[in-house]
Amino acid sequence: MNLPKLVTMANQIASFFATDPDRQAGVASTANHIQKFWEPRMRKELLAGFDAGKCEGLHELVVAAVQQHRAQLEPIAVG
Amino acid sequence: MYSNKVLDLGTPAPRSTSTVTVHIDGKPIDVPAGTSVMRAAMEAGVKIPKLCATDSLDAFGSCRLCLVEVDGRKGTPASCTTPCEPGMKVKTQSEQLRKLRRGVMELYISDHPLDCLTCPANGNCELQDMAGAVGLREVRYGYEGENHLVGQKDTSNPYFTFDATKCIVCSRCVRACDEIQGTFALTVQGRGFDSKITAGPTDFLSSECVSCGACVQACPTATLMEKSIADAGQPDRAVTTTCAYCGVGCSFRAELQGNEVVRMVPDKDGKANHGHSCVKGRFAWGYATHPDRVKAPMIRDRISDPWREVSWEEAFAFAANKVKGIQQRYGAGAVGGITSSRCTNEETYLVQKLVRGGFGNNNVDTCARVCHSPTGYGLKSTLGESAGTQDFDSVEHTDCIIVIGANPTDGHPVFGSRMKQRLREGCGLIVIDPRRIDLVKTPHVRADHHLQLRPGTNVAVMNSLAHVIVTEGLEAKGYIAERCEQDAYDKWKAFISDQKNSPETLEEHTGVPAAEIRAAARLFAKAPNGAIYYGLGVTEHAQGSTGVMTIANLAMLTGNIGRPGVGVNPLRGQNNVQGSCDMGSFPHELPGYRHVGDPSVRALFEAEWGVKIQPEPGLRIPNMFDAAIDGSFKALYVQGEDIAQSDPDTQHVQKALESLECLIVQDIFLNETAKYAHVIFPGSSFLEKDGTFTNAERRISMVRKVMPPLAGLADWEVTVRFAEALGFPMHYRHPREIMAEIARLTPTFTGVSYEKLDRLGSIQWPCNDAAPDGTPYMHEKEFVRGKGRFFLTEFLPTPERTSKRFPLLLTTGRILSQYNVGAQTRRTGNKIWHDADVLDIHPVDAEARGIRHGDHVSLQSRKGDTTLRAVVSDRMQPGVVYTTFHHPESGANVVTTDNSDWATNCPEYKVTAVQVTRVAVDKSDWQRRFDEFAQQQEQLAERAQEVKK
Repeated sequence: MNLPKLVTMANQIASFFATDPDRQAGVASTANHIQKFWEPRMRKELLAGFDAGKCEGLHELVVAAVQQHRAQLEPIAVG
Repeated sequence: MYSNKVLDLGTPAPRSTSTVTVHIDGKPIDVPAGTSVMRAAMEAGVKIPKLCATDSLDAFGSCRLCLVEVDGRKGTPASCTTPCEPGMKVKTQSEQLRKLRRGVMELYISDHPLDCLTCPANGNCELQDMAGAVGLREVRYGYEGENHLVGQKDTSNPYFTFDATKCIVCSRCVRACDEIQGTFALTVQGRGFDSKITAGPTDFLSSECVSCGACVQACPTATLMEKSIADAGQPDRAVTTTCAYCGVGCSFRAELQGNEVVRMVPDKDGKANHGHSCVKGRFAWGYATHPDRVKAPMIRDRISDPWREVSWEEAFAFAANKVKGIQQRYGAGAVGGITSSRCTNEETYLVQKLVRGGFGNNNVDTCARVCHSPTGYGLKSTLGESAGTQDFDSVEHTDCIIVIGANPTDGHPVFGSRMKQRLREGCGLIVIDPRRIDLVKTPHVRADHHLQLRPGTNVAVMNSLAHVIVTEGLEAKGYIAERCEQDAYDKWKAFISDQKNSPETLEEHTGVPAAEIRAAARLFAKAPNGAIYYGLGVTEHAQGSTGVMTIANLAMLTGNIGRPGVGVNPLRGQNNVQGSCDMGSFPHELPGYRHVGDPSVRALFEAEWGVKIQPEPGLRIPNMFDAAIDGSFKALYVQGEDIAQSDPDTQHVQKALESLECLIVQDIFLNETAKYAHVIFPGSSFLEKDGTFTNAERRISMVRKVMPPLAGLADWEVTVRFAEALGFPMHYRHPREIMAEIARLTPTFTGVSYEKLDRLGSIQWPCNDAAPDGTPYMHEKEFVRGKGRFFLTEFLPTPERTSKRFPLLLTTGRILSQYNVGAQTRRTGNKIWHDADVLDIHPVDAEARGIRHGDHVSLQSRKGDTTLRAVVSDRMQPGVVYTTFHHPESGANVVTTDNSDWATNCPEYKVTAVQVTRVAVDKSDWQRRFDEFAQQQEQLAERAQEVKK
């Protein structure tokens, strides 16, 4: 997947939820939205990019979402 | 005219709830107050002769054929214009009446050609019937006097003729154009004997006529006559079905000779259209039997190979082996499918079932991704259900309408006419659109406010409307307190009241004068019933979902949800967009909008289907393209969608399609996407199968087979057989069994069955124990989610910005005569109105570039360029240009970008920064490559035909 595009998409999501004065709610909503609507390989790519420090310009809410809700964003292991 | 087998009650039903009793020829009958004597008689089974009256039009009282006698009254009043009064005693037959009626008919016939045996209306002519009904046996005046029997027939319209020599000047056509369609294209010119019907100074084609067919429908003679009937003769049977064009979902009678359609007539009992139609549904059905139809399955290994026609069995085996091989090599997630909003509910349900059960992943999406996916997200979040709140009839009770990002008279013409009827009665109108659409100023309709915003600023305009309402104390306080989440509202109120959301602050973004916004906000807030209608001009933006939320916020703020006359009304683009979404076509949702992550929902489907369903969302269409280019997505099954033409950033889409190892296209034509395919499954048109469509008002209507599938299988059968080849057998013998399964698994559909649909005509979901006959309007006492939730909707300008290099904004849309990618309408007579896409440009922008009307212009964006002809038009505002995407060679989507809605990835078709320059060449490099590739693919398809011979 195209990492810069994923960063743009994640930032758009964060920009919407960043208007919530309750920052923690915004962080949780960002993580929740990505988990509910992104196919696992997209999330995997974003997390890998984040770990490798390649997500240039990532919105601070996405950074917080990845840091605080990592388990939620990890793809579910398919049994 | 309607078939004379369809009962015509003469005048419309009144809306009254009180009744009166009258006696018709001694027979007592109770009718609603305001019912005409004619209608009362017809309802009592007593036929009164008539010519100028028909139950789709207000009474006119001109033909003098429907005269009756009323006890205690002098004279012989016209029964069509005489309302029933309590105790009235009416006599419909007497010697005096017979004489009068015969006298009237004698005059009509003395000036009418006596060519009944060769007349196309022979056997279905009201004039002929009435001559028989009144017992006309002679015409004492002879035929030699002054008359109208010589004249040229107007054959200019591709679908019907106007033969003035057969006209009786009953004005039914004029009244139909005025009252039903609202175009006012026809008139009676001259007076007395010189009176004649005219469409303007030249002919029908060059007139204002929009070819809706209402006049042809209304004509009691052969004056206005379908060419198809003139060619084929009268039909011998009729089947009621549903139109396959826009989301209005009009009900039609397909009139046939054997299995051949000779006419499509709007159904008077159709609850979406009430007997009206548009040029597409009424006339543009010839594509169904066009020679371009694909009639045999085809396969090939590479897209540079010639096609090979094969049996269905070989095609299914070939496709299944390809898919299974790819999954073995690249993993289960390397394949996916796209359901069609043009196919039936049952068919879309099966495709998503095949993907989830047969492919073993959730990589299924639908063309709603690129149109109304933000509606699903926005309305589910705020109101609790991914659907519009009203029925179309609701508009009759509306006092103020907001139309935002929609062009109903072109995109949803039958509902557009309904809306105009209400507007002519005095309903307020606020149009929010960058273009001056027809509704802004059309005969007898003028918008109170046209908020001509800059593209990409819907959210700013909607926020500023809400700001005015809140800060001026015009909100529905009681409604909000009772119906909405208080905490969310308080938070939102603080947000929206901020000066940053005032019309004055946002004017620099929107370009709309603050005073105009303030006036519009007051008009809407003060209307007893306010309704909002919107379209893709809201959803196809980077803030598409936010835009939908602003609409829901405004409706809740003004207390305008939960009763007739109000509501949030998404006008769906295609016939079954609502249905395809309902049926679980989105990668994150199973049917009924339930997330795949919910184990209890998965368990239901797993038990029914006998397979495990993955708990993670699948790829959306744009994600599929990215994954294909990235190499992790290798096979795609596309049913009835032309992604190569309709999706944005064409060159990116082409690259994605070229990257696939197996593309399976199921379509009625070799469309643009099929040129990249390895397998073709021939599709079936709406005339060739049974099933249901769900329109924009959640109305489920029957689609009925009127002719056998040209390639032998209906689309649902193709999916069943393909699934079987994949080792995922489905055991359906008829679509009714598929609907029964949908009803078993979907709470909003539990009461739906074919038997009930046949009985009720159509059903608006939710249809279940709580609402056994369906739900015309939703959220009556409480919202589906319980309390309505206001969302914070900050205006965030799109990243697509104008610059010195790209100083203009392009917005795209569609027009009346063509439909989306044009695959259907380009293969009909509708081409006469729009045989190429053009670029609309404002005179100021044109002059600055030395562009004149008709010049070739290059349209360039950061993504690509194409060449079109310019139309200089002040419909546009300076700085904004507009085009359509009906013709593939135009390449409108070569120019559009991959920007998309933050929540759903719905593409931002409506805002692209462009430059326009006058050029001497008629094609861009892309267009030349397109021609070359198209030609190559056509030759490869022709070789399949040659091999077969």
